[in-house]
Amino acid sequence: VEEVLAAAEEQEAEKRRSVVVEKELELEFDLGNLLALDRNPPPAAQLRGVGPQREVQLLALARDNTQLLVAQLWELPAERAGGAGGPLVARLPEPTFRLPREKPPPRPKPPTRWEQFARLKGIRRRKRTSLVWDEQAKEWRRRWGYRRAGGDPARAWLAEVPAGADPEEDQFARLRREKRERVARNELNRLRNLARAHRAGSAVPAAALHPTGHQSKEELSHVARVARVSTASLGRFQPRLPKEPAEPPSRSGGRKRRFEPLLGNLAAERSRQLELLKDMGSKKPVLDITRAVNKQLRQDEAEAAAAKGKKQSQRGKRGRRQ
Amino acid sequence: MRPLTEAETRTVFEKLGRYIGENIQLLVDRPDGTYCFRLHRDRVYYLSEKLLKVAASVPRESLTALGTCFGKFTKTQKFRLSVTALDFLAPYAKFKVWVKPGSEQSFLYGNHVLKSGLGRITENTAQYQGVVVYSMADIPLGFGVAAKSTQECRKVDPMAIVVFHQADVGEYVRNEDTL
Repeated sequence: VEEVLAAAEEQEAEKRRSVVVEKELELEFDLGNLLALDRNPPPAAQLRGVGPQREVQLLALARDNTQLLVAQLWELPAERAGGAGGPLVARLPEPTFRLPREKPPPRPKPPTRWEQFARLKGIRRRKRTSLVWDEQAKEWRRRWGYRRAGGDPARAWLAEVPAGADPEEDQFARLRREKRERVARNELNRLRNLARAHRAGSAVPAAALHPTGHQSKEELSHVARVARVSTASLGRFQPRLPKEPAEPPSRSGGRKRRFEPLLGNLAAERSRQLELLKDMGSKKPVLDITRAVNKQLRQDEAEAAAAKGKKQSQRGKRGRRQ
Repeated sequence: MRPLTEAETRTVFEKLGRYIGENIQLLVDRPDGTYCFRLHRDRVYYLSEKLLKVAASVPRESLTALGTCFGKFTKTQKFRLSVTALDFLAPYAKFKVWVKPGSEQSFLYGNHVLKSGLGRITENTAQYQGVVVYSMADIPLGFGVAAKSTQECRKVDPMAIVVFHQADVGEYVRNEDTL
């Protein structure tokens, strides 16, 4: 019986002892990703054939490597989160290992009709200047938009009747109609291109989320907002970018106003108002101007009174001399 | 009904400050209770906390007025002080104007105060300073804006306006329904 007990104890001790793991080559660790890379060549005998033996050996290998990884984790600087009684928390370093793509990269969009035509004809994109010289206004004006060169099209008061047109036709109405048609046609083509690209199987709906280099500020901020919210917690625990505003801009785009609660902390309200009063009081400049003006007026009055007195006395003296 | 926002509070205090100066903090911070400003349908009301709690339970459409109305915000968010604030302006007024008994009536009908009707005026009143108008018996009649500084008042001719009328107690009778 004693022998059996001793054997059992030895086995237990062996199991517990295996905190220390011996390896030929050191493992490479990326604690940021909780990753341990083992470059040791496995013994060939382990991988040959399937069977429970292999399973046991693989399990032992996994166990050893995990032990090494956990040992590394325990070496990280740790602190108690939430005061003295909280759990021991270690701060993981930045991950260094670049994880491969989860999904395949997006396929490029098929070229639009215009792009095909341009390629065929060899038309290349010419860069346009942003400002155009306006002869009328004699200054550089933008090509389109607010205060454009060529005047505001809405205020155009003259629409010439072209050579072969019906004299009864309303030219203004024609211009408006043509603009509407143009806009509609462009929109239709844009949607057709989008549909074609979608049909071809490229990730076009997400094309808006891929940076193209010529996206407007609104588009980019929208994309950033979408990216922030696309987490499992809907963006509640996302760290902010350096220049991102602290509280998220509201979904209604700032239309809904928020007020203080009606019966909120009255003492706080009072102290805020007193602060405001102090602030307002300190900024008021002393009205020196009026005081200066009043002083000047008083001086003038005094001088006038003195002069009158002198004149009277002089006249009196003249009179008495006679 | 809601508390005033930062900007609104600033506007109101600036207006009040033109009449009572730094004594506003006596209105805000009172020893005999917590008083606060609340906005209801563009009018600013001044009331005690006790009254506020009671008024909070009245539905918004049925609530006509609460506490003392100090004034209202116009469409373009300018604050217009009304005569109902006189009870709170008069004791803390910095610059006062006393009106002779003869032209008291004229002021109460809404006319400006002329030099001929001016009894006394506080020394050092600047031009366009907010003033409270009293009768010779020290009864507050209303408030206005000084058209001339004290110095100028002495030299100007009797038919010139010295105080522009802004509000008077006669409005309680004249504009009963719009107060």
